[in-house]
Amino acid sequence: MEIVGQLQKQYVDFINSLFREGYLDDQYVQLQKLQDDSNPEFVVEVVSIFFEDSEKLLNDLASSIQQQVVDFKKVDGYVHQFKGSSSSVGAQRVKNACVAFRNFCEEKNLDGCSRFLNLVKQEFYLVKNKLETLLRLEQQILQAGGTVPLIE
Amino acid sequence: MSSNCKQSSSNGNLCSSLKQKKAWESLHRTADGRKWKRVVVFLWLVVALCGLVCALTSSNGGNSERKVETSVSSEFKTQVSLEYCNVSKEEFHALDSLFIESDRVASLACCRESGYEMPSSCTSTCRLKMKGSEKWHKLVAENVEFNAHCPSRDESISTYVGLPLSKNKTMSFISQLAFSSISSGHLWYKENELQMTELHNHATYNCESISFCLAKICLWILAGMVASFNILKLHEKFSSQKHEIIQETPRAQQSQLLQQSQSSSRSTGKWRKKILVVFVLAGVVFSFWLFWYLDKDIILRRKETLGSMCDERARMLQDQFNVSMNHVHALALLVSTFHHGKQPSAIDQKTFEDYTERTAFERPLTSGVAYALRVRHSERKEFEQQQGWAIKKMETEDQTLAQDCNLENFSTSPVQEEYAPVIFSQKTVSHIVSIDMMSGKEDRENILRARASGKGVLTSPFKLLKSNHLGVVLTFAVYNTHLPLDAIPEQRINATVGYLGASYDVPSLVAKLLHQLASKQTIVVNVYDTTNKLAPINMYGTDEADTGLPHISNLDFGDPTRKHEMQCRFKQKPPPPWQAITASVGVLVITLLLGHIFHAAINRIAKVERGYREMMELKHRAEAADVAKSQFLATVSHEIRTPMNGVLGMLQMLMDTNLDAMQLDYAQTAHANGKDLISLINKVLDQAKIESGRLELEAVPFDLRAVLDKVLSLFSRESQEQGLELAVYVSDQVPEVVIGDQERFGQIITNLVGNSIKFTQDKGHIFVSVHLANEVMLPLDARDEVLRQSLNIVQVGSNASYNTLSGFRVVDRWRSWENFKKFSGIPEETEKIKLLVTVEDTGAGIPPEAQCRIFTPFMQADSSTSRKYGGTGIGLSISKRLVELMGGEIGFVSELNIGSTFSFTVTFTKAEANYLDTMQQQCDLAVPEFRGLKALVIDERRVRAEVTRYHLKRLGISVDITSSMESAYSYVSCYGKTSVSEHLAMVLVDQDSWGKDICFPFHNLLKMIERNGSKSNSGIPLKIFLLATCISSTQRKELKLDRLVDNVITKPLRISALAFTFQEATGFGKMGHNTRAKPSTLRTLLKDKQILVVDDNAVNRRVAEGALKKYGAVVTCVEGGKVAVGLLKPPHKFDACFMDLQMPGMDGFEATRQIRSLESECNKKIDSGEASVDMSENFAHWHTPILAMTADVIQATNEECMKWPSQLRHLAATSDFPLATQLCHDLSESNPCSFHVELRLGDFRSAMGDIMINSTAIKQEYLPTSCLSLFSGHMYCAVPLRSEPYT
Repeated sequence: MEIVGQLQKQYVDFINSLFREGYLDDQYVQLQKLQDDSNPEFVVEVVSIFFEDSEKLLNDLASSIQQQVVDFKKVDGYVHQFKGSSSSVGAQRVKNACVAFRNFCEEKNLDGCSRFLNLVKQEFYLVKNKLETLLRLEQQILQAGGTVPLIE
Repeated sequence: MSSNCKQSSSNGNLCSSLKQKKAWESLHRTADGRKWKRVVVFLWLVVALCGLVCALTSSNGGNSERKVETSVSSEFKTQVSLEYCNVSKEEFHALDSLFIESDRVASLACCRESGYEMPSSCTSTCRLKMKGSEKWHKLVAENVEFNAHCPSRDESISTYVGLPLSKNKTMSFISQLAFSSISSGHLWYKENELQMTELHNHATYNCESISFCLAKICLWILAGMVASFNILKLHEKFSSQKHEIIQETPRAQQSQLLQQSQSSSRSTGKWRKKILVVFVLAGVVFSFWLFWYLDKDIILRRKETLGSMCDERARMLQDQFNVSMNHVHALALLVSTFHHGKQPSAIDQKTFEDYTERTAFERPLTSGVAYALRVRHSERKEFEQQQGWAIKKMETEDQTLAQDCNLENFSTSPVQEEYAPVIFSQKTVSHIVSIDMMSGKEDRENILRARASGKGVLTSPFKLLKSNHLGVVLTFAVYNTHLPLDAIPEQRINATVGYLGASYDVPSLVAKLLHQLASKQTIVVNVYDTTNKLAPINMYGTDEADTGLPHISNLDFGDPTRKHEMQCRFKQKPPPPWQAITASVGVLVITLLLGHIFHAAINRIAKVERGYREMMELKHRAEAADVAKSQFLATVSHEIRTPMNGVLGMLQMLMDTNLDAMQLDYAQTAHANGKDLISLINKVLDQAKIESGRLELEAVPFDLRAVLDKVLSLFSRESQEQGLELAVYVSDQVPEVVIGDQERFGQIITNLVGNSIKFTQDKGHIFVSVHLANEVMLPLDARDEVLRQSLNIVQVGSNASYNTLSGFRVVDRWRSWENFKKFSGIPEETEKIKLLVTVEDTGAGIPPEAQCRIFTPFMQADSSTSRKYGGTGIGLSISKRLVELMGGEIGFVSELNIGSTFSFTVTFTKAEANYLDTMQQQCDLAVPEFRGLKALVIDERRVRAEVTRYHLKRLGISVDITSSMESAYSYVSCYGKTSVSEHLAMVLVDQDSWGKDICFPFHNLLKMIERNGSKSNSGIPLKIFLLATCISSTQRKELKLDRLVDNVITKPLRISALAFTFQEATGFGKMGHNTRAKPSTLRTLLKDKQILVVDDNAVNRRVAEGALKKYGAVVTCVEGGKVAVGLLKPPHKFDACFMDLQMPGMDGFEATRQIRSLESECNKKIDSGEASVDMSENFAHWHTPILAMTADVIQATNEECMKWPSQLRHLAATSDFPLATQLCHDLSESNPCSFHVELRLGDFRSAMGDIMINSTAIKQEYLPTSCLSLFSGHMYCAVPLRSEPYT
């Protein structure tokens, strides 16, 4: 039980730091709330979809920005998608980066786009790491027989 | 010049004062410019005045000079003529006396014989003479006294008469003699006169040239003035243009344009400076040219004056000389006639001496005359004997008549071929008698030439001994016989009998002549004999210092072999050309002054422009700051609104749960406050939107009256709480349906009514009336009753009540629109209609000092207002903007403690007929059963009764009005007796008219009628309603218990409330709608519902699925629009569809459209019976609710939304969230919808999509509420979908 308690404490600290540092927002809590007995793997499912989807999107983005003639509309579409999915999982910093990214798309500023592509990538991998850690912690708690504490 | 100086000094003063005020004036550019303009104008005026004065004085001077000259000339004329008259007179005297002395008869005979000299045309000469004298007379008469000449004529005539032998010939001869002198004088005079006129002309020419010059200068100045004004104007125009351009251009281009304008102004500044330099240079050049031109002119004039004077003198000299010569000639003829022509001679030395002595005045220039006889050598002895003296020879060769008069000095002449001894001589030269003239070299040549030519000849000048003057000798030959005119020299020589000589003293001649003339001091005259061109001999005058070029005039003394000339020059050197100097210096000064002024002006302009640019920059910065501020405000507002909506939704949810009273109260308070906050934020956003010009009005057909009802319903509770009467009236002439922006229209009215409610407390009314703008213009009796009443507010009754809605006094509403500019601008035929909406209240009124800033944003009547009444003061400003956007005007009139009336006009388009139909249908839906009924309204206030009538009319009920219960009683009793076709179905009594005493009999009467009526008529019972503004529940209960009235209708009257009450009372419409289910919890609502989620984003899809599943829904997810359309093709199993709008391939809009078209096809089939009923299951009508989801509401979405049915767009675009919910609530109350029935929310029945929510909402707290609304029929706008450009 001590391990569970420790893990739970660690989990709470970690997730609170994520909220504090703005990696996640309220949406993640909403997701957690949607998870129940009928749908026990909901969060993991959504997050993994998010990872897959995002990696694909980032690849697409990178390739379309490297084109000789950049189709900003297309880029904008990708970013829009990315923004949607990141806001769905509550990856706030990615979402914010996407919002700024879209401004550059509208301006058709290639420099800004490449810069923000990097930023978005960076943010995405950062949040991916964090989420993976978080989910691992959850798994550990569950394996240890505890329950994942709910964050209000 | 002095004025110029003054001017410059004053200018200097101005300059300095201007400099002092520099800093201040840079702020007052326009005023400054005006000042400068004034200064320039003043300067120009001064310059022009100076020029004018100069011109005037100079022309005056010219005139006076001319006058002086003419007077001088006339004086001179007088003098000359007098002299000549005298001369001729004395001549006659001399002749007369001579003839008296000598033997007259003989002389006269001789005269007859020697008539050869006289031309045959004597008479003509006479006539000529007469003519000449007449001319003379005429000419002289102008200036000279007539008697100066006239006596002489008379005298001469008398002389003629006095002659004993007055024969024609003598007369003519004498007259010829006289004529020679007179005519020469006349000729001279004529020439003189000619000269005078010439001089005069010249003078006038000079005058003209001067005035011409001045005129030119004036013209130049004028041109300069015009040019400078043009430049000024041009500059002003240019700058103003710039200003305008700068103002007009959008902010984004402004900085660029500013730079452009800066550079352009800089370039114009340079250009201006160049022009100035050119102008100054041109001015300087012009002044030099002027100097040169005037100087040349002066020199020329001087030369001309000199020339004319010189010529005049030369001619006079010549004439005088010729006159003398003629006399000598005459003397020669005399000698020939009387000495040689007579035997014995009539002349001896004595006679000659006497005669010459007496006629010496005739030859004023001769020092003496002498006659020498031609003596041949053969005749010498005889001659010497006869004379008694020997012929002497001149001592020295070059000596002449004027030698020393010592006879002893002369030796006897040697033997010559012939001699010319002097026999007669004038007394002055009597010493030369007996001297042989042939012995002197000069004389001999002279004699030889004279006798050969027969004319007078001259010697070259030599010194006369006695006077020591230079002189010449004139010699005439005397012939003995009558020579033919064309006699050859040989004949002449042979016929010569003697020689007459006269010596002339040239210097005295010239001196005398000059003495006679004016201005002799100014010029120096020299006379030269230039026979020998190389060595001219000076005959008169001294060689003085050379003062410029002399003028040379030729002199002709009648001897062609001798040439003489006269040289004149001015005594003084020419004075400096003052006129030219003054003029050119003046021009120079003016130029420099102007240059200075313009330079200063240019500097000023540059400075002002610089200031202007700085101001512009500052202005831009300020504007940018302002924009940033509004953007910040808008952004913040927007950011607040999104979570706030969540809060509200949650509160709404919370209130639906089981709460105890305290909790409910808290939740309600929170909800109400949240709503207030949202409305404020929406207002701020509106303001920002209007300010940035992004607000677009839509053109949608709508029912104006319904909008007003909605507004009224918003305030009904408040007005009831405050005990205010709230009423709406729409004139019959206003069409049912108009095309415009109903939300904005409603917003304006809501704002105004809200304000009125806020400031009207516990008494009176708020009355909204809508009329056509043209109705106000109609004559009084053609107007609608309400308008007529409200425009003629009079006190009625004794208890200080007025004919207004509540009886309280109101302000005169005329005044609220009297300032409208385009009041009835739209003619009736056009598509547009103009409405006049008036909101009248009996509130606190607006203090006069605050009335001017009532429409300024965030400005309230006074700062305490917000503390007392709340509010931000933004509503009226928004209203004003909206009204302006709708092509109307807003105005108000307000009096403290009486109330305010706000009026505004809006322009709408008339709706087309088909719109009218659909709308009509909707309107009638609720109330078909009341059509054709009749109602009686009992109300003592006419306006209020009219309002009631208006509402009842809308339900299709015709209305009669009586003012009191008593009259109603009589009306009803009459009505009961006559069985009219129209059925009296209800009686509406106003609370104020309600009295217990009268109501019982009235009630009984009605009951009786009802009983009768129920037998005969359709069975609709007669009902009595009480209209009450505020009524307590106990009162209401009491009334109901009394069963005097069937129901109480609380004001404000609304069509839905009325219809409901009537339905309730009559039992109409009770069927059908009682299946209304109270919205259950979300779980039961969504349980087992088939829901299709369409989203291209996997994450979103999954989240939505999870969210919906949580509430028990059966969720199917698809990726794109196309698949969704395939799945939703009827028949299908889905109960609802959640659709993402932005999808690759087919987007949400297109998918929705296609789904709707599929549905309508299917519906048609069902209607026509083609499709089986079971295929459509239980649906009578296919209409799958589609819920649109969108993550970010960008402009494109909004544009796309425009293509959606307008009604949906309305709700989606409305910012007035509480209004929307309220509206939905109202509608759903009267038309409750079940889950399976399509959304029958009035306006939304033809909606393609049903609701739009923010897609993030589906995952968050909005989902439950939105789903609830979607399925329960409660319209709920989760997130007002508006394109906010601030995010």
